[in-house]
Amino acid sequence: MAYGVISDEASHERLAVRVAGVVQGVGFRPFVYTLAQRLHLRGHVGNDTEGVFIEAEGPRSALDAFLCALDLERPPLSVIDSMTAAPLPVTGAPGFTIVASDASGPPAAQVAPDAATCAACLDETTGGGGRRQGYAFTNCTHCGPRFTIVRDVPYDRPNTTMAGFAMCDDCAKEYGDPADRRFHAQPVCCPACGPRLSLLGMDGSTVLAEGADPVAATARLLRAGAVVAIKGLGGYHLAVDATHPEAAARLRAAKHREDKPFALMVADLAEAAGIAEVEPAAARLLRHPARPIVLLPRRTRHPAHRIAEAVAPGCRELGVMLPYTPLHHLLLATIVRPLVMTSGNSSDEPIAYRDDDAMVRLTGIADVALTHDRPIHLRTDDSVARVVRGSPMLLRRSRGYVPRPVRLPWKLRRPVLGCGAALKNTFCLARGEFATLSHHIGELSNAATFRSYTEGVGHLERLLGITPELLAHDLHPDYPSTAYALERDGVELVGVQHHHAHIASCLAEHAEQEAVIGVAFDGLGYGDDGTLWGGEILVADLAAYTRAGHLAAVPMPGGAAAVREPWRMALSYLDALGGELPDLPVAARHAAAWSTLRDAARAGVNAPLTSSAGRLFDAVAALLDLREEVTYEGQAAVELEQVAQRGEVAGYPAEIAEDAVLSLSGADLVRAVLADRLDGVPVPEIAARFHAGVADLIVNACLLVRERHGLHTVALSGGVFQNTLLLGRTLDGLTLSGFRVLTHRQIPPNDGGISLGQVAVAGARDRR
Amino acid sequence: MAHGAGGKATQSLVEAVFLEAFHNPQLAALDDAAALTVAGTRLAFTTDSYVVSPLFFPGGDIGELAVNGTVNDLAVAGARPLFLSAGFILEEGFGVADLTRIVTSMAAAAKAADVRIVAGDTKVVQRGQADGCYITTAGVGLRERAHDLGVDRARPGDVVLVSGPVGDHGMTVLIARGDLDLQVDLRSDTAPLHGATAALLDACGAGVRAMRDATRGGVATVLNEIARAAEVGIVVDEEAVPVRPGVRGAAELLGIDPLYVACEGRFVAVVAPDAADAALAALRRHPLGEQAAVIGRVDDDPAHLVLLRTRFGGTRIMDLLVGDPLPRIC
Ligand SMILES: [Fe+3]
Ligand SMILES: [Mg+2]
Ligand SMILES: [Zn+2]
Ligand SMILES: [Zn+2]
Repeated sequence: MAYGVISDEASHERLAVRVAGVVQGVGFRPFVYTLAQRLHLRGHVGNDTEGVFIEAEGPRSALDAFLCALDLERPPLSVIDSMTAAPLPVTGAPGFTIVASDASGPPAAQVAPDAATCAACLDETTGGGGRRQGYAFTNCTHCGPRFTIVRDVPYDRPNTTMAGFAMCDDCAKEYGDPADRRFHAQPVCCPACGPRLSLLGMDGSTVLAEGADPVAATARLLRAGAVVAIKGLGGYHLAVDATHPEAAARLRAAKHREDKPFALMVADLAEAAGIAEVEPAAARLLRHPARPIVLLPRRTRHPAHRIAEAVAPGCRELGVMLPYTPLHHLLLATIVRPLVMTSGNSSDEPIAYRDDDAMVRLTGIADVALTHDRPIHLRTDDSVARVVRGSPMLLRRSRGYVPRPVRLPWKLRRPVLGCGAALKNTFCLARGEFATLSHHIGELSNAATFRSYTEGVGHLERLLGITPELLAHDLHPDYPSTAYALERDGVELVGVQHHHAHIASCLAEHAEQEAVIGVAFDGLGYGDDGTLWGGEILVADLAAYTRAGHLAAVPMPGGAAAVREPWRMALSYLDALGGELPDLPVAARHAAAWSTLRDAARAGVNAPLTSSAGRLFDAVAALLDLREEVTYEGQAAVELEQVAQRGEVAGYPAEIAEDAVLSLSGADLVRAVLADRLDGVPVPEIAARFHAGVADLIVNACLLVRERHGLHTVALSGGVFQNTLLLGRTLDGLTLSGFRVLTHRQIPPNDGGISLGQVAVAGARDRR
Repeated sequence: MAHGAGGKATQSLVEAVFLEAFHNPQLAALDDAAALTVAGTRLAFTTDSYVVSPLFFPGGDIGELAVNGTVNDLAVAGARPLFLSAGFILEEGFGVADLTRIVTSMAAAAKAADVRIVAGDTKVVQRGQADGCYITTAGVGLRERAHDLGVDRARPGDVVLVSGPVGDHGMTVLIARGDLDLQVDLRSDTAPLHGATAALLDACGAGVRAMRDATRGGVATVLNEIARAAEVGIVVDEEAVPVRPGVRGAAELLGIDPLYVACEGRFVAVVAPDAADAALAALRRHPLGEQAAVIGRVDDDPAHLVLLRTRFGGTRIMDLLVGDPLPRIC
């Protein structure tokens, strides 16, 4: 940008500048104010429902510098989506001021995600002797609660759950001082005027400790093996000392959570590195202001702490996060050992976040509750991420990321709501170029979760000022999200096939508008032919798809029961192989049911056909005697991946029948697994060769589709690609074959990303 | 062929085609039987078609079903069944011996239910245009009691009962098809319910809000129909639902939820809270209601959901299914 010649007053100009994006509640106005002071500009800055508006007057050169600095020096939590500048008549009015908020018009100004305690606030809290030393709620414009405390827009204190706390004089001064880090920080507070901690008995009224003591008292109880419900940013956690075997086991039993690993919170990166391997990309992810739970390879040799067996039974990985509130920092600094910090709920229920409800639901699980009096308005679970080939991959995108929107490669004609899938549900609201994925909602067949879904849709529609005209939903007639869509009045419905939505979510993430080869491998999704899909090779762009190939379908004996009990899929694949049933432990264990279920599979008695890749992994896990019944989604596949030996192996071969629609033989892979199993080949080797075989099968199918359709880009999506072993080998194979490969980074490959894909498809169809 | 499985698909077919064409207040109520008043006499009138395969199964056959099914639709409308008609559609070549067996069974069922079959019709269609034998019966009954029943009458606080173990008929028929190598001793529950419904009405009078026989789609579908019609929610306690061990075992093996399986001799009753004890006692005194149970409660729910409190303390939505149940898990 060119700087003009130095000019006198007469050559002054005045500009109207509009900035849209995440620009409210992140210190944008004081930043503009300070910048204007520095450049000796006149005018004003304010918030309205569209974002930030500025009028600035001064020499052309200063105005140019101002516009540059707006983008380059913006506050750390802000995101600029668009910036426009238009000339105005010069007024000559003196000074630069911050004007009051204007709440008229539709609220498009974006609320920021919650952000982890910044370095300055951490210093104040842990040392320095100031009035916030030891205070569990320290925050500023660069950090603290946002999305979880917002009741309405514009983002001002009366519209947050801080409304009930009147600022003391000291805080009010900081809040009103444009030069202060806390200028217009809506949740600003201190021990004199802000929220307070208390340690309560689970009856909710017995006060065990108040003031500064609760943290120390909690640490003592945790060390003694107590289960503590801790109120966090987006909900309650259940905490135990992660090195305390009895406490961890007791928590697991009380939560009815049989196998799924618990997340850990450690004080800092060094502590994390003491229990797990932390590569640089993982360290960046751990320290990201969103503070996701990061899945890290477990340190097996000489760990700094002996993590109790019940924390992550049999897992090669640990889910680790760093503290993200001052309370976490204070607690971790006091207890000096890793804590289990798992979601505050009983299995399958949504995480508790309202105080009275939490006390009722967590009684019988927790012994005491470390809580406070700042209400949580919106339940928001911890996000989960991992590093794949040096890049982050979000597995659950929630606290810290929501409501930051995804930018679509074009402007939507009409506002859209993507209703999402049934498990790991999120929904997605979009208008213009911006698609806002909701926080993690969970499994919709749970009644409480479904209620939070309908409430959540209403809340986010109000917050974003979006009234959807198009509703995009899954084709599965029995998804609660489909039922929700069908019952809503005054909208146009767009049915989107599940795997097309998976691929579209990947395309939307990469702003890819051309047709690609889409490989969607997941558990199950409703196909457009009424069968259950899940091992799909599509030719797709955002608007349309054709099924270019798929795993050969097999029956699922017992329908949903075959998802819960992988041995049924072993039966199904063994039957597909034909011939005599070999002598196998899995068949012996289920001898009483075997022939009945085989008959049911053959006769189609509650045995729907599926081309699912997830069910193929289930079958192999059961054949290898790794897992016969699952207690959480994808468990058998996770354990098959865990057991697989690392390093280069030859993949098992599998045929592709080159019909009009390619048919990929999962049965060939099972045949090879079976032969090696009967030959006594070690399970880790079989598991590795099976993974490699699936990857090779995908690559070979893509090569055939490239021949037929001339497409050179492949998009990989679906929950099966959370499997890093499979993803890595598939990526290598495709890249070696000259494909450009799109994989997920910010949008989960699992059903948490479906709603974005639905929005992209509905919007793309609406465009034509 | 999802239309006919008794869930959402059937509902929308009925709503889209028949209600539109035939519209009148008696049909619009969508009860098991239409409540009519003819020259001052309160009648109930209903019709149903029977297309079961196999035609003969442990505990009954299509003829017995055709009588009991229509008797039951009258019974749950609070009426005393009186007269039935029977129409037969036979596939060319259908054996006389089988037909005789079916008709004999119908006669016996009519005698047991104290109704007379007073009109009939028979058509023979070409081979392949029907599967053996289809029967349509219609029935008329007398509504002797002054108070009206209706699924829209359920109110928050009301108690939901089921008259006996669920799922026997559907599981029996499924296994009787002979596709499965499964030896279990199951029998259809087909039975005329007018005695049990009369006993309940005698004991509780106007305390009975609604009754419905749990045929296609099972208890789960009936409860959803009640929730929608009355604009209420219903919470069911999974542990309280009576299911015979043999039915439970076969259902678990085949991955089928007994709450969605058809019964032919069981009904769901919604009764006022203060009538609940008397209702349960009256049912249990009747031979067909020995294992009757309170399975849930009506509550206030703007979403009109039926919820199942599971054995593990979770609460699952028990939805009206579209067509055959398909797994929803990804
Ligand atoms: Fe999926
Ligand atoms: Mg009927
Ligand atoms: Zn800060
Ligand atoms: Zn203060």
